[in-house]
This record gives sequence, C-alpha cells and structure tokens, in this order.
Amino acid sequence: MQNSDLEYEYLEHTADAKFRAYGKTMEEAFENAAVAMFNVMINTSKVDCIHTEDIELAAPDIDDLLVDWLSELLFIFEVDFISFGKFEVKSITQEDGECKLSARASGEEIDLEKHEIDTEVKAVTYNDLKAEETPEGFMVQVTVDT
Amino acid sequence: MEEEQEGQGSIQESLKRIDNNIWEIPIGTKPGMNVPGRIFLSDKLIHNLEPEALDQVANVAMLPGIQKYSMAMPDAHLGYGFPIGGVAAFDEEEGVISPGGVGFDINCGVRLLRSNLTVDDVRPVMKELTEKLFQSVPAGVGSKSRLRASDSELDDIFLHGSRWAVENGYGVEADLEHCEGGGCIEGGDVSHISAKARKRGKPQAGTLGSGNHFLEVQYIDQIYDQEVAEKFGLEEGQVTFMIHCGSRGTGHQICTDHLRTISQASKKYKIALPDKQLACAPAQSDEAQNYFRSMICAANYAWNNRQIITHWTREVISDIFRSDMDELGLDLVYDVAHNVAKLEEHTVDGKKKNVYVHRKGATRAFPPGHKEVPQAYRDVGQPVLIPGSMGTASFVLHGAEASMDISFGSACHGAGRVMSRAHAKKEFHGEDVKSDLEKSGIMVRAAHPSVIAEEAPEVYKSSSDVVNVVHDLGIAGKVARMMPLGVVKG
Repeated sequence: MQNSDLEYEYLEHTADAKFRAYGKTMEEAFENAAVAMFNVMINTSKVDCIHTEDIELAAPDIDDLLVDWLSELLFIFEVDFISFGKFEVKSITQEDGECKLSARASGEEIDLEKHEIDTEVKAVTYNDLKAEETPEGFMVQVTVDT
Repeated sequence: MEEEQEGQGSIQESLKRIDNNIWEIPIGTKPGMNVPGRIFLSDKLIHNLEPEALDQVANVAMLPGIQKYSMAMPDAHLGYGFPIGGVAAFDEEEGVISPGGVGFDINCGVRLLRSNLTVDDVRPVMKELTEKLFQSVPAGVGSKSRLRASDSELDDIFLHGSRWAVENGYGVEADLEHCEGGGCIEGGDVSHISAKARKRGKPQAGTLGSGNHFLEVQYIDQIYDQEVAEKFGLEEGQVTFMIHCGSRGTGHQICTDHLRTISQASKKYKIALPDKQLACAPAQSDEAQNYFRSMICAANYAWNNRQIITHWTREVISDIFRSDMDELGLDLVYDVAHNVAKLEEHTVDGKKKNVYVHRKGATRAFPPGHKEVPQAYRDVGQPVLIPGSMGTASFVLHGAEASMDISFGSACHGAGRVMSRAHAKKEFHGEDVKSDLEKSGIMVRAAHPSVIAEEAPEVYKSSSDVVNVVHDLGIAGKVARMMPLGVVKG
C-alpha cells in the first residue's frame, strides 16, 4: 500500500536501480522521480541550489516524457557537471497527441569533495516503466541502467 | 506480492533439462514465443537465477525472425528487456534489430595485455603502479580525458575505431591485428548521431567510466592448456593487464536516442512487445538500419577508447620499469566486445545464412579455422576473455568447435551479479572491503569509495563456476587463470 506521505521508494533489482515515485499530481510524481534518481548518484541533501536550469520538453506520450525528463537531467549532469537537488515541474500537459513538460531544476556544479558521488547512472530504461493515476494520487516507476 | 510476479512460479516449473548444463523453456510457456529458450547453467548455478530473468529469456523468444533459441549464458541475470548474458540471432531479412539486445553501454568490452614481467617483479611496486595508473587513466563519474576530440576527429573515431588511436600515436599496428574485427566494424554512418551524443563523446575518449569498469594488474597463477597458452603468449607467473570499459556517454546517448525512433517503429510495423524495452524494428527498415549504423559508430568509439587507455597503461609501466614497451613485451593479447549486435554468417537448419546476432553481456567465442579469428590464433580459436569480480580470478579461454552449433559462436562475459548495488551498499562498507582486499595482497584505488562496496567480490557469482559451464559445453576451453594484484576503479 502506498503511504500518502511517501515521496519515493527503491525496489529490488539485481543489476540496476529501480524506484517508484509518488505525488498528488503527475507533476509532483515527476519531481520525486528526479530526486530518487539523483539520490542514486549523489547525496542530494548536500547540493546547494544556486544554479537553475529551465527545461521544456515534448514527447509522444507520458512514458516517453518521463524518460526524456530524467534523460535530460542526466545529460546536463554529465556534460555540464551539474548536480541538481531541487525540481519544480510547473506543468505537464497532454494535447494534440503530444505531451509537454515545463520545469525548473536547481543545483550547483559538482564538487567531488562535497557531494559524495555514489552510483553512476548510465541511462533511463523503458523496462517496466509506469506513469499512472492511482487511488491515492499519481505514481511513476522507473528502472535506470547503472 | 506484486501482481507482475504472478505466473513466474510456472516458468521455473516449465524448465526442462536437455543435457548437462542445458535447460530449455519450451515454446508455449508464455504465449507468443516463436522459439524455445535455452539457458546454459550447471545444477549449482540454476538455483541462483532469478525467475524474472527466465521471464526475460521467454520475452525475447517472442520477437519476429528469431533463430533457433533465445539464449542465456551461465552468468545470466536480470536485465532490462533482454537479460544480461542474453544472446539472440535474427534473420537478416525476416528478423528485427533491437537496441535493448545490445544495451546502453554499446561495445562494453574487455582487453588483455601481456608482459615479460613476473609477479615477483611487480609485487614490490604495486602501490606505486596502482596509484600511477589511477592518475593516468581518468576514472569515475564525470571524469574527462586529457584528449579533446574535434568534430572531424570524432567522425574518424566513429568510422575507424582503434585505427584512429594507432594512427595518432596511441598504439601499434599489431594492436589492430589482435583485436576483435581489427578494432572496427565497417559500415558506420555518423548522420544519425545526435548533437548530444557528440557532445558527450568529445571529452571522454580515453576514460574508464564508473560502475563495474576497471583496469586491473593481474598475474597468471594457472595454465590449463599449455599449447594454446603458448599461442596466446601466456605463461605461469606472468603479469597481465586487463581493461574493462565501453563507449561511455556517447554510447548511452546513441541508445537513448534510437530507442525512441525504434519504439515508434515497433508501433508502425505492428510488432507486439511484451516489454517496451524490447522495442525493435524490421532489420531492413530505415529505423533499424539507422540505429545499427549509429551503434557501429559507438562500438568503434569504444574500441578506440580501450586503445587510448592501453597506450597510457603502457606509458605508466614503461616509466616505472624504465624500459620501452617492446622490451617489456606489452603486447595486446586480444580485445572482445560484450554488448554489441553484429551481422554474421551462421548455419541454421543446415543452411548458411546471415543473421544479426545480439550479444548483451556475452562475448564471441569463434572456433579454430573461423575467418574472423586473427591469423596468429586461427588454428586454436579466438581468445575469450572473462573478467572476474574485484578480487577474484579472471580467465582466458579459447573459442571451441561447439560454439557455432550451440550458441551462435558465443560464450559468457563475466561473473554475473547476484546482489543489487543498493543491497551491496547496505551489506558492505567500501573501506572494509578495501582493507580486506589489501590484506590478501590486492591494491585497490577507486575514484569513489561507494563503488568498492557495490562491486564487493560477494555480490557476484563465482567466475570459475561460470567458466566451467562453457568449458564443459565445449563452447570455449579454459586456457589460463589470472589473479588480481591491483585494481583501478571509477
């Protein structure tokens, strides 16, 4: 059963990291999924939010949008060496066969001494991927390749 | 229990023993299977295999045009879509190509360097050697290379693989002769590689990465086949160097980008998928060919990556022992890909045909006489390199006759995880694992301590159990065993 206060939880997976994230809205579930993924990679409680990045995405459906959202954050992490600690998904809209997201992620440049690098996440997979409404709210489930 | 666990008891019950070390999932175990599943496991290892991994083997059997069997090697474990340790071949015309059958780390692979050094030469300098290797070969999350490839250099790397490194002073011609496919797959096309993949690729040519990737100093403690060992230039007491890494961010991005177009193509061509991560497209469709030609570029990037790391490894060893690489005999023994799809000729139902063989966590094991085995090894079969987990034995095998018949010329690729990374970190502490290894004479240098806990020896199946299965099946014969002396990790 889903605890109404639970933001995310990790599920057992032999090779990779799998998690579920929850929210009262799909936006909130997306935000919590990003926190869950970043906590695999880094200690997010030590990330100061001094840099912001605006992210606008469009994808064919909600599953693809979820993969794109997390993949985009991973891309920025690797290329610009920025870790995020806070995520605000302003809107997720579905119209004309397209799913759109508008968000702001906040964080700072990675300092290897300060941020305690943990597991490298290589990519976001489609394996057992879920983004759905539940009786308690919204739930997304993601497996990332580590 | 979760609802997706339902029915998985039955898949275990449906397993049929065909022979020693061969188990079958019959057609019909899951609706839609086109061929049976074949799993190569000893009685000892069968109990370690997760039921979900069996389910994944059965799912792959549903893909169009699959030939003979959906297979899993003895190191198989739960993956995403395809199991890790999965092998599947698809008809060139009627079959499909699936990015999930290769994985995100395209051409993750292993290479082995030999030397004229003995374990006694190296033990006294292990601390310095491990430290200098760590300083020279960038490792860890976000690590960047001393090299910055320009756009045109990146194109050259994508199209020519290791040859770029050799032509630019990072190796010798003999390195290309002693590498799977000469360190390059022909037929790459850079026009479907995104700007993001290029951006990730530029600063990472010559980096180890993180996770299970490593650079290890080893020594040979046992020879099983003297004649083949001599052909490979290996002898007891000799020091070897093993490099395990892949195509880094560029490969991850190429897979991510093409999964989207392939997933849309699956819908377009009305291919029913049991798991979205198994997205595939008809082999001759534009979508499949655009992925395949981009995957070739990532595979070539990975061979070039391992070649550059080889060069820096040689530099460190030459510096410490004050001799050049020829005197030290730092020759490449071989280099194998273990996450790749290749168009190969195989015999199916008595007829020779071209198939796209997907190996995800599996290596080639081509037998004696095969035209793709380098001339120097042609009469004994290709070297098959099987890394152990941190702190445990690694093996060299040689491709044997039965591989073409049993497994599309494939063998296992490693030890295979039995414990998740998250669980491992609860169970072990990096510093304890490190000091235990050091007490047993193995130096460890890692960019992040957590990676040592994640990769603790206990989280993997025993590499010798896994290797014995392929040896007993006649897929690949044991040649030599290496024990670690020092490990550099990301």
